[in-house]
Amino acid sequence: MAIVVDNDTRLVVQGLTGREGRFHGLRNRGHGTQVVAGVTPGKGGQDVEGVPVFDTVADAVAEMGANTTMVFVPARFATDAIYEAVDAGIGTVICIAEGLPAHEMLGVYNYIRTLGITMLGPNCPGALSPGKANVGIIPAEIFREGGVGLVSRSGTLTYQIGHELTQLGLGNSTIVGIGGDPVVGSSFVDVLRRFEGDDETELVVMVGEIGGDEEEKAARFIEAEMTKPVLAYIAGFTAPPGKTMGHAGAIISGSSGTAQGKKEALEACGVQVGTTPTEVAQLVAERMGARSR
Amino acid sequence: MDLYEYQGKELFRRHGIPVSDGRLATTPDEARSAAQELGGQVVVKAQVLTGGRGKAGGVKLADGPDEADARAREILGLDIRGHVVRKLWIERASDIAKEYYLSVTFDRGAKKPLLMLTKEGGVEIEQVAAESPDALARLHVDPLAGFHPFAARRLIYAAGIDDPDEQRQILPIVTRLYECFTGSDAMLCEINPLIVTPEGEVRALDAKVTVDDNALFEHPDIAEMQDLDAVPPEERAAREKGVTYVKLDGEVGILGNGAGLVMSTLDVVALAGGRPANFCDLGGGGQAQGVVDALEVITADPQVRSILFNIFGGITRGDEVARGILQALGQMSISHPIVVRLDGTNAEEGRRILAEAAPANLHVEPTMLEAARRAVELAA
Repeated sequence: MAIVVDNDTRLVVQGLTGREGRFHGLRNRGHGTQVVAGVTPGKGGQDVEGVPVFDTVADAVAEMGANTTMVFVPARFATDAIYEAVDAGIGTVICIAEGLPAHEMLGVYNYIRTLGITMLGPNCPGALSPGKANVGIIPAEIFREGGVGLVSRSGTLTYQIGHELTQLGLGNSTIVGIGGDPVVGSSFVDVLRRFEGDDETELVVMVGEIGGDEEEKAARFIEAEMTKPVLAYIAGFTAPPGKTMGHAGAIISGSSGTAQGKKEALEACGVQVGTTPTEVAQLVAERMGARSR
Repeated sequence: MDLYEYQGKELFRRHGIPVSDGRLATTPDEARSAAQELGGQVVVKAQVLTGGRGKAGGVKLADGPDEADARAREILGLDIRGHVVRKLWIERASDIAKEYYLSVTFDRGAKKPLLMLTKEGGVEIEQVAAESPDALARLHVDPLAGFHPFAARRLIYAAGIDDPDEQRQILPIVTRLYECFTGSDAMLCEINPLIVTPEGEVRALDAKVTVDDNALFEHPDIAEMQDLDAVPPEERAAREKGVTYVKLDGEVGILGNGAGLVMSTLDVVALAGGRPANFCDLGGGGQAQGVVDALEVITADPQVRSILFNIFGGITRGDEVARGILQALGQMSISHPIVVRLDGTNAEEGRRILAEAAPANLHVEPTMLEAARRAVELAA
């Protein structure tokens, strides 16, 4: 089954004719994703290595049956692109673009929630269901199929943990990058709920970082509603308050949003937190070993 | 981006929020003429991007131009929590009968703007929230429905402000502060204190405004308020080169690709008993020019004793990253010991390339923890 992206994903790439959009769109196709269309206003009728390009998302939906979009347009056009996709009936929006104004994202978030749209990002690496579909910039070659669901606010840190799992002989159901901005389309809780309902996912690894309170909310959700084991990692124990650590959302405000606070909240709800990415992978291996025996 | 009080008040003034008349001064002479123009008693206020300036002696009353000159001499150059005072805001002094608090914040947890109002102003709002939460009126605004005046009315009633004259004045201030918040793409617009004078006039006595960096392109007038002199020199150099860098206080210089991985690297260095000197994110790849820029920024910090590279090869393969690092090191001379930890796609090939061609001060380690331990040893 996997979550967010799978064999049924029919992808339209908004910004397919741009350098990055083209590179990653074609890479995604190379990993088995059905990349059915691109959208660039004014370039309708062209194609990118056989992928037809349309002027509007509505055309891509009508002509090619696109159901998922990957937004690869510059930040200042990204909000418009998201609304266009939602208006055209797209159900899953994956926004790789970063640098969207937070107020714009506030409007998008509150709008899509009322419509039941799934959204990842902005400022995210996308989602990969190994062997099925890859939408975004996650390097699929380092992951393999398996039973570990992975959800993270960070790209390379996720790759690191996924890679360590692969080396221990474990694989992933889906790797979900929710994004590093203060407001993103899906929270940890949203993704955890879907992993809980996914047949292929046996265990979930949640990779959090400083800023906000989504890890704390996830801790309460895990305790109250999840039957599958969840392991966590939190980055940013050494981060000073008031400084943005690379991700716009990774900032300790006053005394809230610290890594220590998140770790304590998770542990209080019975979620084990690894101290290094390597230790998390080892903990997963122990749990998975125990489950299969 | 944080604004100075005087800049925040300028935004408030543009949005029709009452503020006191004032002038900016950077020298005692300017403070003197500002006091002259304003007339009567003035307040000399240090402009720093940190709190606690009152307690630090950064806010003083002055009776006329001579005293304003003297107070300015005392305050200019003062170090307030690591911020040196270079600007003063000279403002007509206000008589204060009551101190309230009003703010609009970007509540990322609720994903809605949050209005807060209390009659217990003049102190840190966290203190009010902790000690007398019932005195703090809080109300979220649905960003789709937008702000409507009922929200201001509910807030004012909930805060227990029952003087009709105050209600009449605060109502438009709430509305305008919300307009300022959305109109400036602010993450915070705070008035503390919002004063009531003995004559019953309501006015913003302070201004704390933070604007979303990602939205500055839409607000060139606010973007140009940025005071580059207030940015630490290392961070300024990094910004000019487009390097994502945060200065910390340790000895192990750190660079890696991806914000999460770099934060994790800092933590692992601390676990290994060391102290990270900085946060530095190269972004996606390990291209030579990016590495050169980052190394220049990191080695400009005299506290740095060793350097730890933590690279995960994804789409940019490990062998390409290794060549990028070698090329970068060939373009500059670095005497610091450098520890490289390379993992991911083609990492073995990358490590082999480094081991064969690397200069004597470069050490290759296979895991994050071993690399961190080595870098910490070398910094000792």
